Amino acid sequence: MSDTIAFLLNGQPVTAAGISPAMTLLDWLRGSARLTGTKEGCAEGDCGACTVVFETSAAGGRPACAPANACLVMMGQVHGRAVRTVEGLRAADGAPHPVQRALADGDGTQCGYCTPGIIMSMYAFAVGGEPPEAALIHDALAGNLCRCTGYRPIVAAMLTLAQQSDDLAVPAPDRIPPASAVLRDSATRFDAPASMDALMALRRDFPDAWLLAGGTDLGLRVSHDRETPAHVVHVAGVPELQLVSVMRERLRIGAAVTYADLLPYLGGTLEPVGAMVRRLGARQIRTLGTVGGNLGTASPIGDTLPVLLALDAAIHLRSAARGPRTVGIDDYFLGYRRTALAADEVIEAIDIKVPQAGELFHVDKISKRRDQDISAVLGACRLRIEDGVVRTARLAFGGMAATPARALRAEAALIGQGWSEATVERAAAALADDFQPLDDWRGSAAYRLAVAGNLLRRLYLRATQPGAIVEVDQL
Amino acid sequence: MTAADPDQAPGTARGGVHSPQRHDSALKHTTGEATYIDDMAEPSGLLHAALVLSPVAHGRLRSVDLSAVRASAGVVAAIAAADIPGRNDIAPSSSNEPLFADGLVEHVGQPIAAIAAVSMDAARAAAKKVGLDIEALPAILTIDAALEKGSLLYPPSVVARGDAAAALAQAPRRLSHSFRVGGQEHFYLEGQVALAIPGEDGDVTIHSSTQHPTEVQHIVGRVLGLDYNQITVMVRRMGGAFGGKESNASWVASVAALLARQTGRPVKMRLPRSHDMVATGKRHGFLYRYDVGFDDDGRVLALDVTLAANGGHSVDLTPGVLGRALTHVDNTYWVPHIRCTGLACKTNTVSNTAFRGFGGPQGVVVMEDAIGRIAHVLGKTAEAVRAVNFYGEGVNDETPYGQKVEDNLIRRCVAQVTQESSWAQRRVEIDAFNRASPVIKRGLGMFPLKFGISFNIPSMNQAGALVHVYSDGSIRLNHGGTEMGQGLFVKVAQVVAEVFQVDLERIRVTPTSTGEVPNTSPTAASTGSDLNGWAAFVAANTIRQRMAAFAAGHFDVPEDAIAFRDNHVHVARPGDNRVVAFGELARLCHQGRVSLSSTGFYRTPKIHWDPQAMKGRPFFYFSYGAAVAEVAIDTLTGESRVLRADLVQDCGRSLNPAVDLGQIEGAFAQGMGWLTCEELWWDKDGRLRTAGPSTYKIPGSRDMPPVFNVRMLENAPAREATIFRSKAIGEPPLMLATAVWTALKDAIASVADHAAPVTLDAPATPERILMAVQSLRQGRSAPLAAPAE
Repeated sequence: MSDTIAFLLNGQPVTAAGISPAMTLLDWLRGSARLTGTKEGCAEGDCGACTVVFETSAAGGRPACAPANACLVMMGQVHGRAVRTVEGLRAADGAPHPVQRALADGDGTQCGYCTPGIIMSMYAFAVGGEPPEAALIHDALAGNLCRCTGYRPIVAAMLTLAQQSDDLAVPAPDRIPPASAVLRDSATRFDAPASMDALMALRRDFPDAWLLAGGTDLGLRVSHDRETPAHVVHVAGVPELQLVSVMRERLRIGAAVTYADLLPYLGGTLEPVGAMVRRLGARQIRTLGTVGGNLGTASPIGDTLPVLLALDAAIHLRSAARGPRTVGIDDYFLGYRRTALAADEVIEAIDIKVPQAGELFHVDKISKRRDQDISAVLGACRLRIEDGVVRTARLAFGGMAATPARALRAEAALIGQGWSEATVERAAAALADDFQPLDDWRGSAAYRLAVAGNLLRRLYLRATQPGAIVEVDQL
Repeated sequence: MTAADPDQAPGTARGGVHSPQRHDSALKHTTGEATYIDDMAEPSGLLHAALVLSPVAHGRLRSVDLSAVRASAGVVAAIAAADIPGRNDIAPSSSNEPLFADGLVEHVGQPIAAIAAVSMDAARAAAKKVGLDIEALPAILTIDAALEKGSLLYPPSVVARGDAAAALAQAPRRLSHSFRVGGQEHFYLEGQVALAIPGEDGDVTIHSSTQHPTEVQHIVGRVLGLDYNQITVMVRRMGGAFGGKESNASWVASVAALLARQTGRPVKMRLPRSHDMVATGKRHGFLYRYDVGFDDDGRVLALDVTLAANGGHSVDLTPGVLGRALTHVDNTYWVPHIRCTGLACKTNTVSNTAFRGFGGPQGVVVMEDAIGRIAHVLGKTAEAVRAVNFYGEGVNDETPYGQKVEDNLIRRCVAQVTQESSWAQRRVEIDAFNRASPVIKRGLGMFPLKFGISFNIPSMNQAGALVHVYSDGSIRLNHGGTEMGQGLFVKVAQVVAEVFQVDLERIRVTPTSTGEVPNTSPTAASTGSDLNGWAAFVAANTIRQRMAAFAAGHFDVPEDAIAFRDNHVHVARPGDNRVVAFGELARLCHQGRVSLSSTGFYRTPKIHWDPQAMKGRPFFYFSYGAAVAEVAIDTLTGESRVLRADLVQDCGRSLNPAVDLGQIEGAFAQGMGWLTCEELWWDKDGRLRTAGPSTYKIPGSRDMPPVFNVRMLENAPAREATIFRSKAIGEPPLMLATAVWTALKDAIASVADHAAPVTLDAPATPERILMAVQSLRQGRSAPLAAPAE
């Protein structure tokens, strides 16, 4: 147990006493620590100017770096972790880090305000040892906005760095052993339980406390809306929630597994999910965000949720009083941001059914910008077609209703029918009976309905004309 | 030679003009050491400010109750309109634009009151406790509603030549059309911020993130009732501005100054992004209606166009923006009979303001749209129609406002981009691809540019600089221009290095300050290096001539025997070529009681403008360019991608090719964003719902064209006597992104085999593209997409 926030900052042990555990890391860095290299550009996790990296020591002492938005991270979440900021890259003699030099030499800065965040994303990329490929560089930059340069010199500097064989990592610190903690100031109590039992007891005793996983949604209430939560229970330190199990025809995802940690499991027939998750937020968000958190906040758009519907997920819940239970995803969403999760329950894990060879499974995310954008429409469709007849169909959409939802009438129009253009047209037409989407800034109702129907047509084209170019990204 | 030559750079020292120099702060940017206002060490007793913003678009403000605000924890002061000691007026060019709403609120997000508290959170929490009594009134939220109600900020303005009505009536062919472009949020990464520190006798020092320190000084003076000499405004650097910190910075600084005055303590006013985006102005959205007459060759004989701009609730800089739009309708085309009518619509939205291009981008799209439609009617290519309409050289070379196009580089730019983009070959390839690809369609688009350089108001075209040479030969440079990332400081320092022929490292540029160089113009209209470069040249050259005269006397040679070269001064005497280090001569000058400090002043020659007649020579010169873009669209979802862009941009003889390349690329990205993914969306109550980067999407790295060829026009020194024959670069390349819009229309048109014209309002979001595709497929010409503004 600990009541002081203790962590490593730029390799040095730090204890932050007398501060709110709900204070954002960004506010702490810029305020108490007077490390003003890390900037606030939006306080909503979208611009990347506040990017820092979390360091973990991998085998052999080589650090692994995960970028994160300091604006979304509460100080309680930092306890027991290692954080590096732009100030922590210089050598002991003050020499700039090669990443810092490469961007400056490549004319990759103009106003310079986004630059420290970009440097940290570049650093994480360089240390990660990824190959010098444009697609990966854009992946690494997707969470950083630059309004001046047009990005070309930044991408070029990253390409140059990736082509070097030097180990660019700053020597890794020893990690502080994780420990359960209760952190508090006069306004906020922040629990970081380290076991399932401790978590269950807290959930039982404090059902009104915020249940915090990555904080990419809840964190906005602190960072952006400036709320001070009275009590936060942070689930990331519970080992049982961090497990991913590969089973036959199923994948079990612990509720606190981050998108970044999940990605390696999303290959094979789950590749469409992997492709979507690589467009979910950006790396800074995927370092923090979790499928469990997505289910917990139950946004009508939440990009993984239609996928869970399409893959007929089972949600494993647990309470101290009643023990475990499992809810099918079809019964989980009750209304706008209302779910079957009881006040004393936590989400333990999510099982998804892995698509089998021969099944048709696609996930399409439609948004104004390709990266780091919330979908106007997200479609996840899984079909089994045998002998030219549609046997099963799960068509799930986000952005079309108050909850992520299946298109039951459209499914009915497919099932048992011959797999043909006419059948697909009937299913597309049935979407108008399934959904009455909203008009908003992401798209009008008419647009959403048109796109949802066209995603079914795209599905048909993919199935019947393999190799045809049906997405602009294929060019 | 005693005086430096502003046309020819000997270039004997490191870092003079025309060399690619890194931004002076580049390494400080990357290490995080570059200090922005919010990073400065906080003075003791600092208070933090927050704003109370109007929740309604239009209403009678019956009362503002701040009692609960004042009682809130940590609050030191709370003020509203009645607490303003001077005038409640922040208008940059007009008058009666209130800082705090007084009796009337006119848009959602309008400042009503401000609070100073011991922390930003305390101030923001207190702001929520304000008691507002507002009687809502009907609101005008769109250009269409404003036009219907006749709601204009000021009477229509007209740029005209000949008799457009008669020429239209006589034209062999004629067509009319209407379309729209949306506004644009600046999204400078550093939000608006000012730090006001009270001094003795009511004086105040303000660190302001502003492009226009002098205007901050003037408006703070007006609001606080102070003389200008009591106010010092400083800015070292901004984290981006793009026009958004021209007039809007003034009111932000005024709030900080007012609260500092009220409390006697330093006050920082920093707008969180969510406030910045609703309380500060944006690029004007436009609605266009035009009628164009032409002949069978596509020659445009007459154009009658109305440009209706959404000015927002107050005048702000709208006359300048609309004026520049009107003087850029012609773009690269000679139109014999033309009438361009500008309507500044008054709506209950935030007052729109300067944004890179300043109406130019909204002007040049008109002829591009018309040319596309003319080409369609005649069955010609847009390129062929463009070619018969370009300004001539010696003939057909007068703009509608009376300025001759004397330095015409239009055909040169177009020829180069046509060739370098392999236009003809790719046109064939793309058409073939489209015939074989039912879902994904590619499109190719071109755009030629002519953009006028100088502020449209002649009096603004002046600048000052202050140069000191110290007795060790180190040089301190100050000028009226501000650094917002565009590399102005390094460019002007290069000019000074060139004058003295010393290495760039010898020159320190110090923060812009109204106390060092007074009565400055904003760093805007792309004129930063043109104006300040010249002023610094004059200042440095004055000192150089004094040094040369002293050296001549000291070494007893004629003045023309003194040469500044390679960090040294060479004294040519018969039989004795003496060389002294520049610093040594500075020391000797000091010993000899020679002033080593000088101001420099510059005013742009040749320009004049009659704002009533809208005639004159508003521009010292024109900047030219041309672009070709290739896009792909998804006809099922409306998603699009820019696959390639080829740009040719006239930079004259570039002062700094590295900086200019960055300006071209960055401006193109910003223009692309304006025309594609950046959408401002207001709800029916006039609330901006895209008020943060989670909802307002500027381009990301992956959105940039994977093939992006940028060329500066070579061997094209400015014809006019610009500083070292360079040309302005800040704004022109933004408009080159118009090629993306043209290409998108081309891709959409392929859906109907180019047999029908395309209407595509900007921003061309996936929704607008899909709706345009669907309307073509259904044989309709009107898109379903919601109007953009």
